[in-house]
Parts: sequence; C-alpha cells; structure tokens
Amino acid sequence: MIQLRVNGKSREFDGDPEMPLLWYIRDFLGMTGTKFGCGSGLCGACTVHINGAAARSCVTPMKAVAGKDVLTIEGLSENGTHPVQQAWKACNVPQCGYCQSGQIMQAVALLKEKPKPTDQDIDRVMQGNICRCGTYQRIRQAIKMAAGVKA
Amino acid sequence: MSRVELVSRRGFLGNLFSAGALVLGAKVLPIEALAAGKADQAAWHPSVYLGLETDGTIIIVAHRSEMGTGIRSVLPMVVADELEADWKRVKVEQAIGDAKYGSQNTDGSCSIRDFYEAMREAGATARMMLERAAASEWGVPVSECKASNSEVIHAASGRRLPYGALVTKAAAQPVPKKEELKFKSPSEFKYIGKNLPMIDQDDICSGKGTFGIDVRVPGMVFASIERPPVLGGKVKSFNDQEARKVKGVLQTVRLEEFKPPHGFQALGGVAVIAENTWAAMQGRKGLKVDWELNGNATFESESYKKSLLEAARKPQKVVRNVGDVDAAMSRAAKTHEAEYYMPLLAHAPMEPPAAVAEYKDGKVTAWAATQNPQAVQDAVAAALGIDKKDVICHVTLLGGGFGRKSKPDYVVEAAMLSKKVGKPVKVVWSREDDIRFDYYHAVAAMYLKAGLDAKGRPNAWLQRSVFPTIGSTFSADAQYGQEFEMGMGWVDLPYDIPNHRAENGPAQNHVRIGWMRAVANIYHAFAIHSFIDELAALAGRDRVDYLLDVIGEPRKVEIRPEGLNYWNNNQPQDKYPVDTGRLRRVIELAAEKSGWANKKPSKGRALGIAAHRSFLTYVAAVAEVEVDSKGALRIPRIDIAVDAGTIIHPDRVKAQFEGAAVFGTSIALLGEITAKDGRIQQSNFHNYPVARINQAPYETHVHIVPSTELPAGVGEPGVPPIAPAICNAVFAATGKRIRELPLRKAKLV
Repeated sequence: MIQLRVNGKSREFDGDPEMPLLWYIRDFLGMTGTKFGCGSGLCGACTVHINGAAARSCVTPMKAVAGKDVLTIEGLSENGTHPVQQAWKACNVPQCGYCQSGQIMQAVALLKEKPKPTDQDIDRVMQGNICRCGTYQRIRQAIKMAAGVKA
Repeated sequence: MSRVELVSRRGFLGNLFSAGALVLGAKVLPIEALAAGKADQAAWHPSVYLGLETDGTIIIVAHRSEMGTGIRSVLPMVVADELEADWKRVKVEQAIGDAKYGSQNTDGSCSIRDFYEAMREAGATARMMLERAAASEWGVPVSECKASNSEVIHAASGRRLPYGALVTKAAAQPVPKKEELKFKSPSEFKYIGKNLPMIDQDDICSGKGTFGIDVRVPGMVFASIERPPVLGGKVKSFNDQEARKVKGVLQTVRLEEFKPPHGFQALGGVAVIAENTWAAMQGRKGLKVDWELNGNATFESESYKKSLLEAARKPQKVVRNVGDVDAAMSRAAKTHEAEYYMPLLAHAPMEPPAAVAEYKDGKVTAWAATQNPQAVQDAVAAALGIDKKDVICHVTLLGGGFGRKSKPDYVVEAAMLSKKVGKPVKVVWSREDDIRFDYYHAVAAMYLKAGLDAKGRPNAWLQRSVFPTIGSTFSADAQYGQEFEMGMGWVDLPYDIPNHRAENGPAQNHVRIGWMRAVANIYHAFAIHSFIDELAALAGRDRVDYLLDVIGEPRKVEIRPEGLNYWNNNQPQDKYPVDTGRLRRVIELAAEKSGWANKKPSKGRALGIAAHRSFLTYVAAVAEVEVDSKGALRIPRIDIAVDAGTIIHPDRVKAQFEGAAVFGTSIALLGEITAKDGRIQQSNFHNYPVARINQAPYETHVHIVPSTELPAGVGEPGVPPIAPAICNAVFAATGKRIRELPLRKAKLV
C-alpha cells in the first residue's frame, strides 16, 4: 500500500508500484489536467511537483512517491489565480493548450528556484517542455511578467 | 416547442454549399438536443445554429474544431458582434459531426474565409428580427429601434427591452431577405478586431480543458494496439499469454486489416484491453505477434531518395508551360541547376491520437479530438457497416492537429473495439505509435534549372518535383501529384519569366501519406525560394532587389496549368487572383521591418528572405541566423509580413504566424523520418526532435498588412517561407548552400 498526498489530500494506492504517477493521477484519480505526451520524460507535458520540485510524472513510478506530496495543475490555485497562470492569460499564451499545464508547472518551479530568471535560466529549465504550436515566445514573456522582470 | 426557421436558400458560401441558415428557437431548443444533432427537423441543411433563450442566454454553435487557432472563439465572436449580443451572455456549444453545418473539416486554413460572411449574416438576421419585434411591441417604426448589447432601445422614449423578453415575438417575425439586412460598418464592431480572450483559455490554464485523451464515460475500458510494422502487413498469428498475465488486462482482440486503399481505415493488429491505460500498455509488451508482411517491407529511405532524385533529373509530366524553355535555355548566357530534397515528416501533435467510442444497439457514439467529425461518421459507419446517421461524433479540444487529426483512423479503432468487447473503449496512441504510424508529410525531390541572361536574370526556368502523393491514401495506384498538390506553390509561380515549365514525376508510396500544415507548399517553397536566392547570389545582387525584379511589376497573373485546373484553394482566380502587387508588398514590409537594408552579413550572422503565396495569403519571412565558430546555429529573430486580407482577431493571427515560425524551424533544422525494411526508424522526441524553446526563433515579429480584401488563410501559410528563409540566411552567413533538410545534418563550418 502506497500512501501519498495529492494536492493536499491523502491517498492510498495498492496497484502496480511500477505504474507511473501520471496514470494514477489521470486514470485512478480522474484528474486529467496532467497530460500524456511521450511516456519517456522527453516532452514535459506531464510535469507535476513532487515535494515542491518539478518532475515528469510519466517516468516516476508510484513506489517513488510513497510518503510524498504531489501537486498537479488542479491544485496550483483555487481559480487559476496563481501569478504564473495570470501571466499566461495576460500574454494569451495558449494555442491548443495541451502542453500548457506542464509548461505552467515547470515555470512555477523555475520561479521558485530563480525568482528573477535570465533568458539563459528560462532556456535551461524550460527546454524540457515541448510546445508543438510554438508558443515559446509568449511563454518566455509570461515568465518574465510573472517574475516582474523586463521582457 | 415553437420555433422559427430562418432559411437562406441562396448559396451564400459561393459554390460550397447550397444553403445556409440559422435557427432561432422561440422556446429554446435544449442544448442536449442541439448537441445530439436532433434539432434539425427541417429538410434543408443549415450551416449555422443560433439559439436565444428567453432568459437572454445566447447559444452559438461552434462547428469547426479547436486545435489552437482560436476558431471556436472567433467565429462565435463574429455572430455575436453582428447580433449586438452581450458577449457575457453567450454560450458556445461545440457541434457534433453533422452535414447540416456544411463542411466541418477544419483543415486548409479556410474557416474564416468560408464562414465569416455566413456568421455575419446569421447575427444580422437575428438582430433585425429582434428590432422588428421591439418595434411592433412599442408600436413605433423599426427605424427608431436599435439593438445594443443584448437589448433593443427606443431612444426617443427611452424604452428598452432585453433580448430574452423579445425572443418569442422575434420568432414570429418574417425572415428578412439578405438584401434587407443591415450589416455593421467596421467602426461599429465590438468584438471583431478587438482581441478578446479565447473562451477556453481559463480552463486550459487550470488544467480543466477536455481533450480527446481526457474523455471518460461510465464502464469504459482502455486499449493499446500493436499495429503491423509495415503498411498493409497482416497478423498471421499471435500469442497473448504473457499479455493476459498483466494485472488489469481484460482481454486481447484482433483487429481486421484494411482493404486497399487504406484511406481512413484502421491499420489492423492486436489490441490489449485493460482496466487502465498503463495496464493496456504493459500488456501490449507481452504480445507475441507473427506478421505477414508485403512488398512495403523493402522500403528503405536512402535508396528511395536516390530514386526520387533520379526521376527529378529526367523529363516528366508537364503541369505548366509558358513560352519555350528548351529554346531559351539553349540561348542562355549561363545556366544554373540545383537539386533539393526533404525527408518524410511526422505531425507529432502533443496530444497523440486518442478517442473514446461506444457501440450500442447498432449505433456508435464517439468522443474524439478530430478535425473532421463528419469524416469520423463516414469512416466509422463504413468500418462497422452501419448508417452514417447512426454515428454521433462529439468533438473535444484537440491537443494539436496539424492535419493529423483530419484522418480519423484512431476513432475507427475505438469503434471497432467497442463493438467487439461490448463496452466503451478508449484508444490512446503512444508517442511511438504516433511517430511510427503517421500519415506522413511526403518526402520530396526537386530539380531546378535556370537559363540566365548576361545580367544574371532568368529568361528560362524549369522545375521538376517528385514525391509520393496524398492521392495514394485514397487510390492505391495514384503516383502523380494531385491537382491540389500541384496548386500548392508549384504551378502558380508568379515570377516574370517568359519561359517557364513545371513538371511532376511519379512516385510509389510505401507508408501512409497525408497532409501536414501547409502540405505540398512546404517542399515546393523550399526548392523555389532557395533557388531564386542562389540565382541572386550568382548575379551578385541584393536578394530582395533581385526577388522583386524577378517577380516583376504589380499585376494579376492568370495561372493556366497544363492538363489540370489551377486549384487555388477551390476559389476562382477572379475572386482570389495571384496578385504580384500584394506579394511585393509583403516582401517590402518584411525587408523594412527586419532592417534588411542596414544589417549586412558579419561574423556568421546574416539575414535570409523567402516569400510565398499559399492558402490565398501572401507571406514574406526574413530570418536572422547566427552560426558560431563550432557551427551551432541560433535564430535570434524572424520577421513575417502577412497579407491575409480581412483579419478578424489580430492577436490570434499573430499567434498563428509565431507558431508557424517555430513549426517551420522544426522542419528546417530537425525533422526527419526514415524507414528501413519498411519500418519507421524514429519513435519519440529523442530521435524525432521538434524545436524546443532554446532552438526556436528567440523573437518573431509579425507584421500584418491592413486590408479590406476578402479573408484568406492564416493557420498554414506562415510555414512554407520559414525553411528557405533560414537556409538563405545560413548561406549569407556561412557560404554554405543547404539543399537538403534537415539542416542539423549539414556541417556549417
């Protein structure tokens, strides 16, 4: 039996301990904001926070999150009011929107590490998150807006 | 239920549709009825539904698919604007697949072009009926009544009535004729041109948007499918012992193979059905399948490439001829020739193909991320031997489409499996499935030759292309480019060259070939706009000046191909001519905004330009590249000038071109699909890379030409000029001419 907290709520799981956290979140908890993109930690669509750090849920087995705190996009804020979410909307970042949960979770983690990120910081941390629509320019702009640094 | 039908029997969409209409429910049709497609009790086929509730709620049905262009928001904004609706009272409902809406195939960059007028007409019609209802209520002339923000106001007396209170009376009004309608003037627009936020943005930023992969229905099971490794392969036998040992696996199911041509049919194979996605994927790893393969198992990219290039060197079928190229070539002071090559490409939308389907009592209900719900109806009906009307297709948000999701094979898989297992089935393709079993963007070889005068200007121009056609998806023996492929930047070169010939050679497909964002324009533009840049360099001329010189004076070029019609996006040339004035203007604008005249190449940094008309839109791109001493390439900036005619939502237009710059960068720098023994060698983003934030252009500036011309395409036309602009910049920066993509394989120093 694996015990964990997801968005502050205690959960128990007694299935395959090798199953990636992504499928637990999506198929067992029915929270679909966290997306499947590659299954190999290559695209970042499945990014969540585990004990406050960004992680790829598609390659994180359930046994690795025993006793941990998991935060998904659904738990980031009550009504989409986190400063990063607000900046995303102010810059009209999303196109199709599929990758944006992961982008936002990654950006929140970036700003925790680097409250005033440089372009190099953004490149280094955000390059793991693919956006096939190509919203990168606005993602960069929104991160800077949320950080209060000049674009 | 009292209701009124507003019919416009005139084909206001040109020759596309016989009729368009709107329904104004007096007592409003329940949303469920609309969503289930039951509202249409009339014998005609409306393209638009508009419903007004007595409580003032306005329901606008979005019938096009949302894959990131914003169309699901923007078309309803057009209706709401002409209706003088309070946008806060508007509810947008996504249409199911139904021919009554007209084409729902969200493809070909035509949603605004084909439906802008229809949406305005729908809104203006309803507004006029509401004004007439108020006038009759008050006993005043209708000319004194004005609709404003979901109310009708009688200024003289200060009386006002909200739309909700007028709905019943409005429904009894005669339907105004098109000539009676009073359309707003652009200065009166409240939503058109005003950059309102997309309706799904809040949900998306909170993880609440529902994509195809997110759909859950009661009793649903999950499928992962092992497909034949080679197109047309068959299951000889399979062993599922290990698969069924996986906890959560329920059963395995063999899927029938398709009968050629493959079209939108399922590929066949063996499905593992499980209680959750992970169990299905794990179970699939335990399958042992013995395949019966066919001739496609010999497909190998390197030898295929050679065969395409060889064909491109020989005379082929003439698809356009002007003057006498051979005679002019023999008289030329100098000739220049070059070959270009682009590999197969995969769409790789971030949401892989995914769908849920439930077969029950001879009917199918599907929920899918699809660009074309009517094609879902057709393909599912054909696969299951049921009537099209017994296929209900709900359309979710699409996690990217790019043309992949116009082909509903994955929905067919879900429907076939649901029938076999007696439960709703969700099919989710893995990324590996997506990369290995795509409808690929065609591999192409192009040969170009120019005969130049003493000043280096072309007097003769020959161009030949060879590629497997999308036609092979629908006709097994199709080998030549189809009319629409030839019309995508091949037979419509608008250069002022007296002797011009375009040819096209045959190629056999060995994988599924399909349209991908901008389609055949991609390779045609790469070859043509690289070649003109080569000629400019040979002539020692400024490349913008040279390009403008070869395009010639502003004029409308009538395109007359040989043996086929000029596709022109199914639009007549008198309505949407090939206008070199507009082409020149975007080139001049891009040059001006990029600082072309003042930025001279230095230390591995230079600009490159390419200009291309596609989807009736004129686009010029200037790329700035930087190549360091180790040969690493950066794209600090791209400037794109766009003339797409009338623009509805400038911010979303800009977003499409920003995105196209990134999509084009992926094509130029990174993308390549290859095959060996008929099997695709790439599988995921590590070996099929797409541009990431550190590889994408650092900034893309989009400059929109103000225009009142007819609306043209936006989603796709940004893509074709990007790769040649980047490659032309690389040449200016390094002296290396890139004739084969992707660029990452070239050594730049």
